[in-house]
Amino acid sequence: MHFPKELKYTKTHEWVRFTDENTAYIGITDYAQDQLGDLVFVNLPAPGDALTAGESFADVESVKAVSDVNAPVTGTVEEVNEELADAPEKMNESPYDAWFVLASGITGTDELMDADAYEAMIASEA
Amino acid sequence: MEIRRTPLYEAHVRLGGRMVEFGGYEMPVQYPTGVIKEHMAVREACGLFDVSHMGEVLLEGPEAVKNLNHLLTNDYTVMEDGQARYSPMCNEQGGTVDDLIVYRISPERYFIVVNASNREKDVAWMRDHISGQVKLTDVSDSWGQIALQGPKAQEILEKLTEKENIPEKSYHALFDREVGGIPCIVSRTGYTGSDGFELYVPASRTEELWNLLLEAGREYGLIPCGLGARDTLRLEASMPLYGHELSETISPLTAGLGYFVKMDKPDFIGKAALEAAGKPAQRRVGLRALGRGIPREHQDVYFNGQKVGQTTSGTHCPYIGGPAAMAIIDLACGEIGTKVEVDVRGRRIEAEVVKMPFYKK
Repeated sequence: MHFPKELKYTKTHEWVRFTDENTAYIGITDYAQDQLGDLVFVNLPAPGDALTAGESFADVESVKAVSDVNAPVTGTVEEVNEELADAPEKMNESPYDAWFVLASGITGTDELMDADAYEAMIASEA
Repeated sequence: MEIRRTPLYEAHVRLGGRMVEFGGYEMPVQYPTGVIKEHMAVREACGLFDVSHMGEVLLEGPEAVKNLNHLLTNDYTVMEDGQARYSPMCNEQGGTVDDLIVYRISPERYFIVVNASNREKDVAWMRDHISGQVKLTDVSDSWGQIALQGPKAQEILEKLTEKENIPEKSYHALFDREVGGIPCIVSRTGYTGSDGFELYVPASRTEELWNLLLEAGREYGLIPCGLGARDTLRLEASMPLYGHELSETISPLTAGLGYFVKMDKPDFIGKAALEAAGKPAQRRVGLRALGRGIPREHQDVYFNGQKVGQTTSGTHCPYIGGPAAMAIIDLACGEIGTKVEVDVRGRRIEAEVVKMPFYKK
């Protein structure tokens, strides 16, 4: 399991990749995909939808269960990764390439963790 | 209730099984391979399941058949030794206490396999409703049970035992046999929709047999499978699961199990209620989603804007490659090809009533 250093993380297991200080890609972590198991469906928001840090913006379904994915930051959905709808297994295979949305106008970043802090949190939960 | 462990608990942990509580037992829901690969192994090669949580009951005595025919909706009058026969067990209201399998060991000895979560309830129910020259014994704790399921099951078993110890016909078992030198009952049954066997083995030797089977099956692609795959497999094969398609308030007729309810028997518990109720107003149907999304259990089903029932199980089925669900809905909307809608967490998804089973080997 790995946690790239250049990403930021949330305690609910999402990652954020900033392309500039207002814009970022968002996805779920390697730990999240491992816990969820084989993913078979994702329900994504639409471009223009508002994201609120800590609130659900998408859901993913494994064979067994449905799980909410929380927005790691506040902002607006610019772009949606439609490829995920046809290939949900990408979230298992390469979770850091399988972005859900590109968000802009980002605020509410106070709770984000760096890779070391995230890894330490997982270790303490296990 | 105290959580129990099967004789294979340590083996599951060593294999990396993700343990969850099910039916009062700590069971592996999946291994690191994941539910999809486990499911596909059973359809294309072979999978190994711990089903030691199932309950086993012995019914013995000169009046055993008479009692079976009273307790159960199916007819046990004509049966041969080793034969297995499925049946619902009804309450007085025609609802379902459990569904189970009865094996005839000999004309006066029967081995009954019940759902783990219903074991205590079933034993109490049976004790309260048997009479005459018959003895009931809960032998669940003496037995482990391993299911070897998939097209390669026969070949794997042949590596470990003589052909004469392997039943040729489905729903038949051979008692007092050995597999790999370990005493067991070899039954050609399963809960996956694929060919395969269920091996009943003394609890103390269950792990030994498990390891032998895993080793013997490796060259055939045998992998351990958890309850996750067990559920997706049985759903793909449209088999009912107690607590979903059957319950104390769902009759076997509503569940579409009329074949196993012999209304021409003189009497059985629940018969009067089923007769009085007549043709059920609702029945179990298979649904395939036409829109994007996965219908799950306990979601409302609509037809022309009217609520007509609820889903009982639903998931992504790996072999048929998509979501499938079962639902209990009004008879009038149950025709194959009828378009309905399922409320999937606030989104209405179009679905079609399709023929069951979704998968047939």
